[in-house]
Amino acid sequence: MRALYRCLWLTRALEERLETIFKQGHVVGGLYRSLGQEATAVGCGYALAGGDWIAPSIRDLGALLARGLDPREVLRQYTARGSSLCAGKDNTNHFTVPELGILGPISPLGTQLCVLNGVALSFRTRREPRVCLTFQGEGASRTGTSHEGFAMAAALNLPIVVVIEHNRWAFGTPSTAVAAVEQWADVAGAYGVPAGTVDGNDVLQVYDAATQAIARARAGDGMTIIVAETYRMLGHAQHDAQKYVPEHELGEWLDHDPIRSFADYLLEFGFESESTLEDIRSEVALELDAATDEILAEGYPPAEEARSRVYGDSALDADVPWTRGPEPGYEGLTSGRPGSPASHRGGA
Amino acid sequence: MEDDNAVETTYLGAIREALLEEMRADETVFMLGEDIGIYGGAFKVTDGFLDEFGPDRVIDTPISEAAIVGAAIGAAHMGLKPVAEMQFIDFIAPAFDMIVNFAAKSRYRTGIGAGLVIRGPCGAGARSGPFHSQSVESYFANVPGLKMVAPARAFDAKGLLRAAIRDPDPVLFFEHKFLYRRIKEQLPTNEEVFVPLGKARTHREGSDLTIVTYGAMVYKSTDAAETISSEDGAEVEVIDLRTLRPLDTEAIVESVTRTGRLLIVHEAPRFGGFAGEITAQVCEEAFEWLDAPIRRVTAIDTPVPYAPTLEDYYLPGEDDIVAAARWLLAY
Ligand SMILES: Cc1ncc(C[n+]2csc(CCOP(=O)(O)OP(=O)(O)O)c2C)c(N)n1
Repeated sequence: MRALYRCLWLTRALEERLETIFKQGHVVGGLYRSLGQEATAVGCGYALAGGDWIAPSIRDLGALLARGLDPREVLRQYTARGSSLCAGKDNTNHFTVPELGILGPISPLGTQLCVLNGVALSFRTRREPRVCLTFQGEGASRTGTSHEGFAMAAALNLPIVVVIEHNRWAFGTPSTAVAAVEQWADVAGAYGVPAGTVDGNDVLQVYDAATQAIARARAGDGMTIIVAETYRMLGHAQHDAQKYVPEHELGEWLDHDPIRSFADYLLEFGFESESTLEDIRSEVALELDAATDEILAEGYPPAEEARSRVYGDSALDADVPWTRGPEPGYEGLTSGRPGSPASHRGGA
Repeated sequence: MEDDNAVETTYLGAIREALLEEMRADETVFMLGEDIGIYGGAFKVTDGFLDEFGPDRVIDTPISEAAIVGAAIGAAHMGLKPVAEMQFIDFIAPAFDMIVNFAAKSRYRTGIGAGLVIRGPCGAGARSGPFHSQSVESYFANVPGLKMVAPARAFDAKGLLRAAIRDPDPVLFFEHKFLYRRIKEQLPTNEEVFVPLGKARTHREGSDLTIVTYGAMVYKSTDAAETISSEDGAEVEVIDLRTLRPLDTEAIVESVTRTGRLLIVHEAPRFGGFAGEITAQVCEEAFEWLDAPIRRVTAIDTPVPYAPTLEDYYLPGEDDIVAAARWLLAY
């Protein structure tokens, strides 16, 4: 319980820290938050066992922290440090970390389910009792790619759990305006797999549902879809002030804050004392202070690193002469061919 | 002619105006895409359109690029004029099948064309990483049946978009997001802004070297030309292609026959890029007029990286263009 609370709090505090350094100009590019949705990510992350794999979407930082990701890696990633998991080449949570069983998403929505199917396939091929779990917004679940991923996972009976995070909004459009679905669990019928709906802001409910679905997948019984009912409390990203959101909606969901509700529950039933929770919060703040200082002192990658790692063979690094203009000393590929103005026409 | 009513308009505003004018003039023109209605578009290009034209003509769709383009093709078959928005041009990838196999081949196979526009923000420089920064024109360059437009100026963005909407064939319209709010021009109100597809324009005149380019690189190339002019006393001609397909080979060749030197600059990676095609065409048409090898300055052959140091290295800079131009001028 204590660990669960700590992870929830760490998720929120880390995102708040990111927001602070975003405002100070340290974050490169956009920043996406999961405020109000932390319980879904954390509950699922905790339900997985070592050796299982997870593919987050943009609002699942909590799941990665639950899997043991060092918060410093998140800070490095958003500040484009050369030391980041993507070496400064990609942003947000687009990192793949095999040791932690994390498959990084890419921006095009719906893609990670298809790729995670391949991870699950490898488990099945090797007769390993390992499981995959991934998240999608209800918006992403509309893509053709996502439908194909569901169809294949179901057809091949793969050990996969898909959590649809029904947070009511996709970017600036309410989901009701672009989907005829009312009960999101109904989509499972199209793929012939079971689905359940949980209160995504109740970390224990999420944890229980994920645990059951994971056990089912591990037993060889195939994919389960979990619909987590939740709400995106902030705009799509920092640049979006969510002016289009009706105020009463935010107010209602504010009363249903996943972290405060969990704290209330812990206190009410005497699982933890207020001072323990307070200690956890201060400890997290200290950890993040140190982490932020450390990461802000690190730098961007050296410019020439842009060329590296396109292929496994570093001889194929993108060092084509003349991409950018003349390269001093470049003689050309043929010895008879003039490589510099001076060598041509006798330097005339 | 003096135009007292000329209005300062951004590149983005010009695109908006083209859409507004075409939609007001022709009720068969309609738009579909993600977040274009209620939200007014990720970049606010279509802000207020839903109120003016209603939900039949400004359609918020599910996140489904293949279905968006598919529906645009079907509607085009039925005589409507669809303008499909890709929220970022990178997300055209899921619609690849619809574009290259359905839209592009429709007229050739069946005699029934698909006059539609697919437009969206392309290009790097905004620190947005590999999936919100790409220049995708070369992915489609080898597909007969498609037209492609990449304006640099607000005037052309407006004029070409209007032409694209009226065009009977599928047009991919690449808007450079770095220019959206940075480029501001006085757009005339006393003449129609309409630019036919397939015509390049001379952005800067010169007699010593031709730079062929398009999109945001028009500005870097022109800056390089000014530097060369003031520091070296040579005059570089800058040709802005505006339309990539059909390619205005004539305009390129005409310039090269006067200058004898050609540098091609683009933001997309080099391998398989437009510069290769242009090089081949100029070699075929004007080899005897060349006084130097044709050279290319392009992005390096990698994905678009995220960190500022890496992205700046990835993108061709004014310095790169100046260095290449000097090399060619000295040749
Ligand atoms: C294929 C594709 N099209 C468009 C986008 C642009 N885009 C990014 S996030 C987003 C909305 C996502 O909504 P949802 O999946 O419900 O997740 P949420 O943001 O609500 O968590 C859109 C349209 C994208 N990333 N990928």
